[in-house]
Amino acid sequence: MADWTPDQPIVSVKEVHKSFGELEVLKGVSFDVMKGEVICIIGPSGSGKSTLIRCINALNDIQSGSITVEGQEVHDPKLDKLELRKKVGMVFQQYNLFPHKTALENIMMAPVKVLKEPKEQVAERARSLLAKVRLEGKEDSYPGELSGGQQQRVAIARSLAMRPDVMLFDEVTAALDPETVKEVLVTIKDLAQDGMTCMLVTHEMGFAREVADHIYFTDRGVIVEHGPPATFFDQAQDPRTREFLSQIL
Amino acid sequence: MLEYFRAFFIQLAEDYPRWNFIFFYDERQWDRVVEGLYYTLMLSIACVIASVVIGIVGAWAQGSPVKWLRALVQGYIQFFRNTPPFVQLLFFYFALGQFTPTYSPDGWLEYPIISNVGWAIISLSFFAGAFNVEIFRAGIEAVPESTQEAASSLGFTRLQTYVEVVLPLAFRVSLPSLNNNLVNLVKTTTQAFAIAVPELLYQSVSIWNDFPSAQYPTMLMLFVVYIGLVGVLVLGMHRWEKATRIPGYGVGA
Repeated sequence: MADWTPDQPIVSVKEVHKSFGELEVLKGVSFDVMKGEVICIIGPSGSGKSTLIRCINALNDIQSGSITVEGQEVHDPKLDKLELRKKVGMVFQQYNLFPHKTALENIMMAPVKVLKEPKEQVAERARSLLAKVRLEGKEDSYPGELSGGQQQRVAIARSLAMRPDVMLFDEVTAALDPETVKEVLVTIKDLAQDGMTCMLVTHEMGFAREVADHIYFTDRGVIVEHGPPATFFDQAQDPRTREFLSQIL
Repeated sequence: MLEYFRAFFIQLAEDYPRWNFIFFYDERQWDRVVEGLYYTLMLSIACVIASVVIGIVGAWAQGSPVKWLRALVQGYIQFFRNTPPFVQLLFFYFALGQFTPTYSPDGWLEYPIISNVGWAIISLSFFAGAFNVEIFRAGIEAVPESTQEAASSLGFTRLQTYVEVVLPLAFRVSLPSLNNNLVNLVKTTTQAFAIAVPELLYQSVSIWNDFPSAQYPTMLMLFVVYIGLVGVLVLGMHRWEKATRIPGYGVGA
């Protein structure tokens, strides 16, 4: 637990199997992520990408294998989930903001209610986070008054307010208009450049190529191929990867 | 002014014998109306609050992982929703009332610890509460699973998620149906007449039994008072609906 040091993988996934009833979605997936790394998981629909990322913050359980975050086993039944969720932030495809709270309140809620931090201090941090995602002046807007891209940036700020060590992004641009995709990607890129460890499930190949340190391609529950973006996109070896890339690029 | 007012109704009763607004000039009849109004208001307010609490607790219990608790709530709803509230009231007062302990403050007379007013509040609250459970459940089910997931991924416990996210949203969805049910509840309090709770209908019937010439005016007064009472409730609920409306969300977005 406490013996984790930053030179060890911050997230380590080993031989993970996950089934929904009869359907086996993950069939032995393993990989490591180092602190400050940005990895992208790509692959066809139904290949288990989102399930994989949801297992990392214990939104889904696993049948066998191991996932550790900073050396701590995620699927240990004795684990304090709050400890895990302080370390791992998550952003969803459908933003999932709290519609009855303003942008600022959305960001402040978890630090105030979960971490019990003083309100004034959190408000200050929330304002600077809103500025960071380029939404100054939207403090008092309700989610329903914001565009999809703006909502998604509030959602990113909301996760960051918990000061996570790892950020998970689950197809965060898939529900957005093409014009607003960019503003969200720029925000994530800023984060990556600040040294945040990021794991993204995405269909934005151009973005993956530009920002990721490592790409993983999943198909039918296994990692078929992986590598740094340059080699992955230009010299894919596996026929399944090539077929997928040829359809997408 | 008041003298003139009384004189007018005395004259009216003389000119038109069927329109004897006796409670406007006879102080004892006026006191009956006031007492009736007091009990009607008291019953309404107590039952509204108790039935909403039953609704919230019941809806929470329905989502519980404990199987027998869910079955208990389901049984409660089926019983109270599918039987007439009037029969329930009689059952509570005459059947259950026999088995409740009594006390005797003067060592002379025996009083049951739950009075007829108490039974009316219990019976009507459980009746309206059964509907409220279903109303709140519908509201809770309208809150997307993904919104709750977002809360738990931010470290909220199940209870925190319920209190901070699910309930505030479910309440907004539930308000229009809750409004309807509470209006019905206020009107149903008249049935407490049957177990001699001195509420407005009971007092009104007493007045026109004593003074048959006051029957039409008293009925008119009943209608006017209930329209006013329900009107205030509906106005309050609409204000509440408006105040909790979220910009860009739900109806009227």
